[in-house]
Amino acid sequence: MEITKETVLKVAGLAKLNLAEEEAQRLAHEMGKIVGFAGKLAEMDLEGVQPTTHAVKLENVFRADEMQPSYPREEILANGPERDEACFVVPKVVE
Amino acid sequence: MDNMQKQELASLTLTQAAGLLAKGETSSSELTQLMLERIAASDNNAYITVNAEAMAAAEAADARRRTGQSLSLVDGVPMALKDNFCVRGMKTTCASRMLENFVPPYTAAVAEKLADAGTVLLGKVNMDEFAAGNATDTSYFGPTKNPRDPRRVAGGSSGGSAAAVAEDTAYFTMGSDTGGSVRQPAAFCGVVGLKPTYGRVSRYGVVAFASSLDQVGPLNKTVEDCALTLSLIAGCDPRDASSLPSPVPDYLAGLKGAEGLKGLRVGVPQEYMGPGIQEDIRQNVKKLISDLQAAGALVEECSLPQLEYALGAYYVISSAEFSSNLGRFDGVKYGYRAKGYDGYDDMLRRSRSEAFGDEVKRRILLGTYTLSAGYFDAYYLRAQKARTLIIEDFRRAFGKYDILLTPTAPVTPWLLGTAFADPSQVYAMDMCTVSVNVAGLPAISVPWGVDRDGLPVGVQLIGPALSEDRILQAAHGVEALANSGQIPGQKGGAAHV
Amino acid sequence: MSDYKAVIGLEVHAELDTASKIYCGCTTAFGGEENTHVCPICLGLPGALPLLNRKVVEFCIKAGLALNCKINNYSRQDRKHYFYPDLPKSFQTSQLDLPICYDGYLDIEVNGQTKRIGITRIHIEEDAGKLIHGLTGTRVDYNRGATGLIEIVSEPDLTNPDEVYAYMETLRQVLLYTGVSNCKMEEGSLRCDVNVSIHREGEPFGVRTEMKNLNSLSAAKAAAAYEIKRQKQVLAEGGDLFQATLRWDDAKGINYVMRVKEHADEYYYFPEPDIMPIVITPEEVEAIRATLPELPKARQQRYKSQYGLSDYDANILTVSKALSDLFDQAVACEAPAKVCANFIMGDITRLLNEKALQPEEVPFGGKELAELANLISQGAISSSAGSKVVELLFQPEFAGKAPKAIVEEQNLGQVSDQGAIKAMCQQVIDANPKVVEDYRGGKKQAISALVGQVMKASKGKANPAMANQLLEELLNG
Ligand SMILES: [Zn+2]
Repeated sequence: MEITKETVLKVAGLAKLNLAEEEAQRLAHEMGKIVGFAGKLAEMDLEGVQPTTHAVKLENVFRADEMQPSYPREEILANGPERDEACFVVPKVVE
Repeated sequence: MDNMQKQELASLTLTQAAGLLAKGETSSSELTQLMLERIAASDNNAYITVNAEAMAAAEAADARRRTGQSLSLVDGVPMALKDNFCVRGMKTTCASRMLENFVPPYTAAVAEKLADAGTVLLGKVNMDEFAAGNATDTSYFGPTKNPRDPRRVAGGSSGGSAAAVAEDTAYFTMGSDTGGSVRQPAAFCGVVGLKPTYGRVSRYGVVAFASSLDQVGPLNKTVEDCALTLSLIAGCDPRDASSLPSPVPDYLAGLKGAEGLKGLRVGVPQEYMGPGIQEDIRQNVKKLISDLQAAGALVEECSLPQLEYALGAYYVISSAEFSSNLGRFDGVKYGYRAKGYDGYDDMLRRSRSEAFGDEVKRRILLGTYTLSAGYFDAYYLRAQKARTLIIEDFRRAFGKYDILLTPTAPVTPWLLGTAFADPSQVYAMDMCTVSVNVAGLPAISVPWGVDRDGLPVGVQLIGPALSEDRILQAAHGVEALANSGQIPGQKGGAAHV
Repeated sequence: MSDYKAVIGLEVHAELDTASKIYCGCTTAFGGEENTHVCPICLGLPGALPLLNRKVVEFCIKAGLALNCKINNYSRQDRKHYFYPDLPKSFQTSQLDLPICYDGYLDIEVNGQTKRIGITRIHIEEDAGKLIHGLTGTRVDYNRGATGLIEIVSEPDLTNPDEVYAYMETLRQVLLYTGVSNCKMEEGSLRCDVNVSIHREGEPFGVRTEMKNLNSLSAAKAAAAYEIKRQKQVLAEGGDLFQATLRWDDAKGINYVMRVKEHADEYYYFPEPDIMPIVITPEEVEAIRATLPELPKARQQRYKSQYGLSDYDANILTVSKALSDLFDQAVACEAPAKVCANFIMGDITRLLNEKALQPEEVPFGGKELAELANLISQGAISSSAGSKVVELLFQPEFAGKAPKAIVEEQNLGQVSDQGAIKAMCQQVIDANPKVVEDYRGGKKQAISALVGQVMKASKGKANPAMANQLLEELLNG
């Protein structure tokens, strides 16, 4: 399975990863090899086979609509790389 | 205490340590002190973080025992957690630069259960970065060395968990297994590793790799220890929607040594006995087959033809879920944030690019690629359909056999720094273990002899969903055969008796 | 240029009125201090797992039934991936190809004509947090994050801005009736995305633009109107339209481009592995259907046929479920329907507006309204005294008092004593010779001025009908 450098760069854009040209070239090659395993799936006759989305046969696992206390704000913010007394802070995003 | 005594105390099994604690012949403080000394002295890099509160916890356990208020049989036994289990107030790094300074405000369900049983948390052990790998060589904090041969890898991703048990720096550890991450390092380090049925043990608070494949599992010195540990952590957790409501049986009750093998119907899938398997490993498994037969088991070759697609299905599903689960690391709420960025998007890209290692990036890209428009049907959807067929294949096999027997890994631990032509060769090493995760089944790896270089070999026993009691019983039998000393060079569980 | 037709579809997001968020126990209360309604789950901490709120599913089914949808027996949640600081997990847990509800409709009325608008689907998903833009940075507050939402997607059946307005208004009314959302647009509880394209009859649909997060009915209508006009103008000038997301500036009354979409769909989805599939049996659907209140359309019919109210009255009365409920409760206590309706549409609505209260906040019930209406119809008080009683009922010190007691206490009872009124009438005739002269000269309507004088003299308590009759007798006698 051929994966081009351009494809890798486009996917990196979606995944928010910066890649140098030669890195993208190398990854294109490696990913092509790995996707080779998946290429085997193309051999399978999957006509009419239902996909398995969950490994257990559970359904309707719900919680009741009950309020629980939230966490103290200091704990919520504690790991924030940049924050003020009440919020996380990010570089200005313009909508 | 002289060094001999210390060594003896350190090499106790969990069951033995619990027994000595009960008799008052040792204390949690003594065991914990000993473990901390050994951790400090070890060069294997099994630990990332040592718990500063460990001695205090040990002293509290001793105080409980003195007043007859022990929380459980294992109250006071020192243990360690893989560094993807969140523990409130303690760093949880996932062996990544991304989470180098992350201190979660909450605790994983399993960590809570183990604390409730009174066990003493020694610290957090090394792993592949975000569990992506099978050699614990992608850790930001350096690779873990294999205590059986420090030039070699410990396996992964729970390499620190396996090494800590093997080097006697914990009486047991917890790992997580997405495609073999408990079983393969257990095999590489010569210890026991169990991957329970998907949903048997709560995933709550364990940093996710691939949510539909991940399962928490223990690493132990013996099968008995493993059964004991599983009984501490198994059960339904209302915080994990995939948690199974089935009752938890007595996992220790069925352990009967080689006796337990009588009449056991064992299938040996030929798909895992082919040329991809290292020759001496195959010979070891054949020796086991004849020993099992001698012990009264009914062993047969069998075929699960869909298994050859398991690796492909596994890498598609696991990478897709991995890329999704790792999107949250964006430098906003927690984790690494780059410096000198220009705007939000640049901050996001730089933070992720600087803090994730190569293997993590590779899998994120692979996952994003297989999910992105135009490829979804060819990869992700096909992989999920293949998953259905693989599950059916196993179901058919378990109509005929009680358990399936395979090598845990196609190879024994390779030398640290081995250059592989490309990552797909490393990924192929997971061939024997991934199908179990794809199907959500329980499986255990038990030490079974050594290869020609004296490196540990593990065999894998797979059972149908929720048959942990059955595979533990079988594994206990295999362990008894190993300890009977018929395998040349075998140490396995014997060393601990 | 004028032969272009607009094709408009709406995606409406309604925040559900549950106590807790969709996947955790944090409160959904509006307006708490920043980041105080947050826990590991809704902050998307690694390792934390979602647990779906059952009520979110029930509310979605309820809304679906009210909008004539079919309910999927098997449904599930999917992850929709994109990066933005208000989305803590970098994916929104939503639904892709198996929404809970599908294939419904909503009838709207524009210029007296009924039009049926198709509802493509209704699915559940989580809301995002709030971004507070400052001069140097953007602050992120996750209080609103992971509040349960339903997204109601219409067919592109709307053709003009008036229909957009009517659709939103009717939809809002239905959602309020079902109680699934408080629909407070000023708090962002109800928002809509408007998709607009134009094309000529018989030709394929044109290039579509999307206006996001419109938070008032008038903004939705104005944005659609502006966009149709703009697209027509671009084509008239020979320009090209491109697919884009626009932002409506309500203050300036213009749309501006947020971003141009290069790819049709940059999101990627897959089934949420941490949430188990949702299976809904026909019995469960029927059980929820049984809890549906009578919807506005049905009520309007009933008001017309059962109480003989006009179209206009029936429509106004049912705008708010709370006021409509008040009406139903009052007539259930054997009160005259028209008098009750007049109180609700008149004094009560006026006082709610003056005091900036919600319809749910009327400080008395149907029993009180019925008592009041009966006092009027029995002639025990005048209608102006009735207004006075309503006004007093809105004051805290009269809370819980019976209208009869207030009438007595405040001496508002109507004088129907013929002798007393006759005497007053005579005084008024004597004091207003000019008006009497006009009346006798043929200007019969001059009598109303005299009735007014009688009412004034009696401080509003005289029975006006009786005063009118007695004046006529005296003047003609
Ligand atoms: Zn929360």
